[in-house]
Amino acid sequence: MKTFRTLALAIAAIACMAAASDPSERLPDPAQEARARDLFKEVRCLVCQNESIDDSEAALARDLRLLVRDQVKQGRSDAQIRAFLTERYGEFVLLKPPFSAGNAVLWLTPLVVLLAGGGLMVALLRRRRVPEAGPEALSAEEEARLKGLLEGE
Amino acid sequence: MIVEFGAFALVLALALSVAQTGLSAAGAWRRSGVLAGAGRGAALGAFAALACAFAALIYAFVGSDFSVANVAANSHTAKPLLYKVAGAWGSHEGSMLLWCLVLTGYGAAVAVFGERLPPRLRAWAVAVQGALGVLFLAYTVFASNPLTRLADPPVEGRSLNPLLQDWALAVHPPFLYAGYVGFSVVFSFAVAALIEGKVDAAFARWVRPWTLAAWSLLTVGITLGAFWAYYELGWGGWWFWDPVENASFMPWLIGAALLHSAIVLEKRGALPGWTVFLALAAFGFSMLGAFLVRSGVLTSVHAFAVDPTRGVLLLTIMGIAAGFGFLMFAIRAPSLNAGGLFAPVSRESAIVLNNIILSAATATVLLGTLYPLIREAMDGEAVSVGPPFFNLTFTPLLVLALAILPAGPLLAWKRGDARLVVRRLWLALLVAAILGLAAYAVVTPRKALASLGLVLGFWLIGGALAELFERVKAFRVPWAEVRRRVGGLPRGAWGTTIAHAGLGLFVLGASFETAWKVETAQALSVGGGFELGGYVLTLTDVGTLEGPNYLAERGIVRIEKQGGGLVCTAQPERRFFPTGGQTTSEVALCPRGLDDLYVVIGERRAGANGQPAWLVRAYVNPWVRLIFLGPLVMALGGVVSLSDRRLRMGVGRKAKGAEA
Repeated sequence: MKTFRTLALAIAAIACMAAASDPSERLPDPAQEARARDLFKEVRCLVCQNESIDDSEAALARDLRLLVRDQVKQGRSDAQIRAFLTERYGEFVLLKPPFSAGNAVLWLTPLVVLLAGGGLMVALLRRRRVPEAGPEALSAEEEARLKGLLEGE
Repeated sequence: MIVEFGAFALVLALALSVAQTGLSAAGAWRRSGVLAGAGRGAALGAFAALACAFAALIYAFVGSDFSVANVAANSHTAKPLLYKVAGAWGSHEGSMLLWCLVLTGYGAAVAVFGERLPPRLRAWAVAVQGALGVLFLAYTVFASNPLTRLADPPVEGRSLNPLLQDWALAVHPPFLYAGYVGFSVVFSFAVAALIEGKVDAAFARWVRPWTLAAWSLLTVGITLGAFWAYYELGWGGWWFWDPVENASFMPWLIGAALLHSAIVLEKRGALPGWTVFLALAAFGFSMLGAFLVRSGVLTSVHAFAVDPTRGVLLLTIMGIAAGFGFLMFAIRAPSLNAGGLFAPVSRESAIVLNNIILSAATATVLLGTLYPLIREAMDGEAVSVGPPFFNLTFTPLLVLALAILPAGPLLAWKRGDARLVVRRLWLALLVAAILGLAAYAVVTPRKALASLGLVLGFWLIGGALAELFERVKAFRVPWAEVRRRVGGLPRGAWGTTIAHAGLGLFVLGASFETAWKVETAQALSVGGGFELGGYVLTLTDVGTLEGPNYLAERGIVRIEKQGGGLVCTAQPERRFFPTGGQTTSEVALCPRGLDDLYVVIGERRAGANGQPAWLVRAYVNPWVRLIFLGPLVMALGGVVSLSDRRLRMGVGRKAKGAEA
């Protein structure tokens, strides 16, 4: 098992080198090609360690690139292509998890932490306000103590 | 023999760490200077013993002693000397030994340099550091010993992954670990202060130099790693939001937050609970990083020394150490003094805002990194969280932090004047906006977001300069007076300016490179070429050559400016390492000022007319050097600031002497 893992890693290391701009794969229409390239960056090379199909030289990545390019050529929208890939390979294939109820925690956390921190800070500042000008007036009790001290002198 | 000696020294280091913990804790408990002194002696001994063990491992690697299992698995006689030495920390076992070496090294440093600390606090800190040493050394001795012998040694070793045979990666782990593990001292001080029940300005003053040192080293380590990824992996990128990268980035972010909150605690006595929490969290994230990287629970491009079974042990160690720290925090936090008051517009508020944003950023990176595991555990769904997610979530947070950054150092403590800050910064903002607009108008293709990024970068640099000018009253008082003020400026102020300007350089580089890099690839036969970003590249020759432990095919690519004029000759290689049967590509870099011309050669293939051809891929990466220069400047700022501390501590002592 361990040797297998090492071997798999070694193969992945060789296989995964940038290949997306290989001229033999390119689409003739530059606008479509650019769109395909943008999509590649969002699609995971399923057999690689952690790479997009834009970066990987693995055979599967090439197949996926051909697939995406083919879909782009057929005039399908980005959303349609993503849906198609998800249906075939599961959500795992998308490097950007879709906005969905299941992923709400993931997408909302940055905002929630930011707002919670901000809220906490506002609460803190309100509770412990710096006196606006000069020292606060003495309370009756303090006034009495001060008087006692002065008279005691 | 020397290896056996090293193995013995390793066990000795464990025993001495146990002694260090026990003696120091007893010394602190019973207020005994003798016991505490003995504990410090044990700390020094543990470091010395571990240094011997580490030296023995390096010796085994240099001498290619394949009867040592670790050497047989990670070295080879034909490997160049540097990589033989680096092989000592290239594996799981070796890297954990390096971790322990750094850990005990910091413990020894506290023992030696901590004379000015209150004796009990120092003794507790040495004890906690010793306890961390016990945990990690026990793991190394019993579960991951790099010095075990093989009964049946092979004739030749299996060699180090060729991707790791590179100078940047040879020095990357020592820097990274010096940074990661540097936070252990901060952790130990935090636990010690919590045991004592006193978290005050003095605590901040002791913790800040260690934080600065650890953070600066970590910055250098991460930058080296990014630089390595840039030119060794061969696809032009430098940051992939990969789990292993994130693992090193989280302690960096928390360390940055701690650097700032410690200033508030030191200068104003505010935020003690929060600062001590960050001090615990920084090393918590370091340990989490070690666990994520070494256990292989997450798939990564950088997974080189992975072992799932031992991951559980690392998780346990992390649980014990962090659990104890946060338990102490939970016990003591309610009794901590809330500290000084401040107005909504003040330097304290600015730093609190910085901390909130950095915390949100850390939470984002943490959740993004662990989310695949969480979803898998929750509903069994395999998901991926990659660069597009982080670009959409982390970047806005960063932008927010950077937008308000220049105002921070210009605000007064306690109660700042917003109008005054505007008066001092409007020029910097104006210049940044003009430069950004100019980039928008001039650079093709036109990109609005990247231009905004440039505005932000120039804003940071301008803001740092504005702060400097303000401090020396440039253009407002006679030059002689300004010069005198420049001379009298404390190192800490220089550090702030340098580090913030370095961040600006990074933002400029990252914005420019990401938006305006151009790339192309073509299958070329000898004599063929193509044009890219104003340069003409021609493949003039392809030859083979023999390296020390590899065979290579090397392309000679002439790069000329369009319309003539040789720029440079790039020599990208494709190396084959027969020992492991691996192939790597050696990128050729032609630096052009801040830009890089980046050339990679691919496999030989059949060309159009029966001629052999090679896939040549080239990138023009504009301003890419700033991406690596910026963080180094930031680290320099940290070091400059660090040099101020020592002076100030001396001043503090003198003042105390005068009082007495």
